[in-house]
Amino acid sequence: MNKQKLTIAISGLNNVDSPGPGIPVIRGIRESEDIEPRIVGLAYENLEPGPYMHGYVDKTYKLPYPSEGVDPLMERIRYIHEREKIDVLIPNFDSEIFVFIKLADKLGQLGIHTFLPTLSQFEERHKSNLPQYGEKYDIRVPDSRPVTSFGEIEDLVRQGKFSWPLLVKGKFYDAYLARNAEQARIYFNSVNAKWGLPVIVQEFIKGTEVNVVALGDGNGRTIGAVPMRKQYITDKGKAWGGITLDDPSMLEFTHHVMSVTHWRGGMELELIRTPQNELYLIEINPRLPAWVYLAVAAGQNLPVALVKLAMGQDVPVWTHYDIGKIFIRYSYDMICDLDAFRKLSTTGEL
Amino acid sequence: MKIKKSLAISETGFVFDPSTGDSYTLNPIGLEILQMLREGNSREEITGTVTQAYDVDAMTFERYYFDFLGMLKQMQLVETDE
Repeated sequence: MNKQKLTIAISGLNNVDSPGPGIPVIRGIRESEDIEPRIVGLAYENLEPGPYMHGYVDKTYKLPYPSEGVDPLMERIRYIHEREKIDVLIPNFDSEIFVFIKLADKLGQLGIHTFLPTLSQFEERHKSNLPQYGEKYDIRVPDSRPVTSFGEIEDLVRQGKFSWPLLVKGKFYDAYLARNAEQARIYFNSVNAKWGLPVIVQEFIKGTEVNVVALGDGNGRTIGAVPMRKQYITDKGKAWGGITLDDPSMLEFTHHVMSVTHWRGGMELELIRTPQNELYLIEINPRLPAWVYLAVAAGQNLPVALVKLAMGQDVPVWTHYDIGKIFIRYSYDMICDLDAFRKLSTTGEL
Repeated sequence: MKIKKSLAISETGFVFDPSTGDSYTLNPIGLEILQMLREGNSREEITGTVTQAYDVDAMTFERYYFDFLGMLKQMQLVETDE
């Protein structure tokens, strides 16, 4: 069978202790039976491991940070596209999704396909909007409030709207369990310094964290979904090991979210299962997660399906995955020549 | 007490609960009892089988047996309508 040749640009190549999804997404795409990919890596830092992983990434270009604005980013993508003729672009960082949604039409005009949520889908699922989201779509969520000062957290506790412990979260990443005001102050300052305002305060729901990786076709259909429980969690709260679950209620929950929101693209649902077996949605990440390769190994190659959807191709719906599949992450020291580092640092290409 | 139907129990005593992802290791007697429970044996039948096969009286066995059942419940390895 002739494979379709596609050039696919992918970010999130920071395969570090808090890994981006880029390399696992590439790994899935490279296993496609009907796509022969050329992978163009999009990197922000010189020491992201992805650019040096030549078995996965064919060529890497550095990008300006999204915070520098839409124009410099678009200019850089145009430059890369002139050389690479990108067919599909998959951004994998929460912090860049917004910019790429904004650029999706311009990219489309150049012939670069994306498959991203709409701006309103992206905006309404922000952690700070979770209560409204829950109400609008009939989804059980913990109470969450955006705050811009530590004093507001104290006020919320004083007014009885929140009690200890509570979660202090960054708008993009990071979450800390604060058991008292002193801890909350430390976490507020730390999250604010890293991710800026607002900082999110969230009610702490006692239970087990479970996750679902899923792909929506934008018309309410769930193309695939695989539930997982983290078995080993790093001090950054990242899964270092996880296992696929046989949990129809999590799938039902996911199908409900997809059908009422018409989510377009990859997503990760972060859920808490209480001892009473209730599921609470604590976060929606608007992209495939770093553990997506577990879904591939369990029988659902969601990265390939995402590429096909971006290309406007028909994708069948998965109903099966292997239960009890485990992933165990590991670290590995790559040895690289100084010349490679020099090239990426000085020319922005490798 | 009904053991969860979905539990995967290996001959080596490895027990996997696919709904939670939890796994457990049983010693040989624990495995034997869990299998008898799964087959729907009553307490009397299990006590009879164990006291015949091993050097233990019924009262001593049942003390440990009920502890074991409590543990299975606590670990949510039994059907929820129990």
